[in-house]
Amino acid sequence: MRKWLGILLLTLSSFQLHAAIEIYQFDQPKQEELYMQMIDELRCLVCQNQNLSASNAALAKDLRKQTYQMVTSGQSHEQIVDYMTQRYGDFVLYRPPVKASTALLWFGPFILLLIGIMVLIFTLKKRNELNDEQLSNAEHEQIKQLLDSGEK
Amino acid sequence: MKNSLPLVMFILLVILLAVGLELDPREVPSPYIGKPAPSFDLPSLADSSVTINPEEMKGKVWLLNVWASWCGACRAEHQVLNRLVKNHKIDIVGLNYKDRDSKAKQWLEDLGDPYVSVAVDRQGLSGIDWGVYGVPETFIIDQQGIIQYKNIGPVTQYDIENTIIPLISSLQQEISR
Repeated sequence: MRKWLGILLLTLSSFQLHAAIEIYQFDQPKQEELYMQMIDELRCLVCQNQNLSASNAALAKDLRKQTYQMVTSGQSHEQIVDYMTQRYGDFVLYRPPVKASTALLWFGPFILLLIGIMVLIFTLKKRNELNDEQLSNAEHEQIKQLLDSGEK
Repeated sequence: MKNSLPLVMFILLVILLAVGLELDPREVPSPYIGKPAPSFDLPSLADSSVTINPEEMKGKVWLLNVWASWCGACRAEHQVLNRLVKNHKIDIVGLNYKDRDSKAKQWLEDLGDPYVSVAVDRQGLSGIDWGVYGVPETFIIDQQGIIQYKNIGPVTQYDIENTIIPLISSLQQEISR
């Protein structure tokens, strides 16, 4: 009996946790779609590895509310992105724009990949050269002698 | 010398990671540095019929300190701010962020009041306008109303001596020139 009561309490408490994510009403499905897209793309600045939709931080909640109000007042994706980056910088975007300050972020991995491929080609070539090395007759003779002497 | 490539790469990697360790990802650079301070019209904590607007501070170098009574780090910072206004002639405007008036007032009574005025931002909307994401935060604004510096997290005595005071005096000298 106590066990079941415990389970019941646990279920109820998990319902409460879910209720912390607020529910917004949208008149137009397009706006809801935009809202969902926005809170997926925007980063929560407090818990930096979460986006707004996943975060339960107070600031994320405030920014969701702000996003909701902007979406329902008819603002576009671009306007909301401008609003957020004006305040929090490019960092608020999970997909930062390509520009000089973010070039390393965007192209760094490809540069590393290129370096890796170059190193790989270089080492493979070197290994092939080693394999191709021919032994002279004198060396063959020497090997034979060594092998023969080892048999005894 | 022939096989020094792995060693060189290892050393480069160590340098890269060491630099990465020194960086603090929590410090998001403010896009407002060098830009005009966002405006607000907020009630004063002392008297809610009075509104506080950053425009009033034009012509002065001043600090905006975002704080709340629920913020633990603000408590340590508060003593530093008290000392700052005691030892230097500098105006600090407080932005009381998502707090309760009664608690904020009690806090100032208990710990001292370094602020020339405290603006009440109950909803945190002005906080969003200023790009606040973690209390406490402190901005330095120059005579033209341009944000020159942002300190994220509690201001320490070290910050005061090494960053804030030198910057303020250089900004103040600019006007007298």
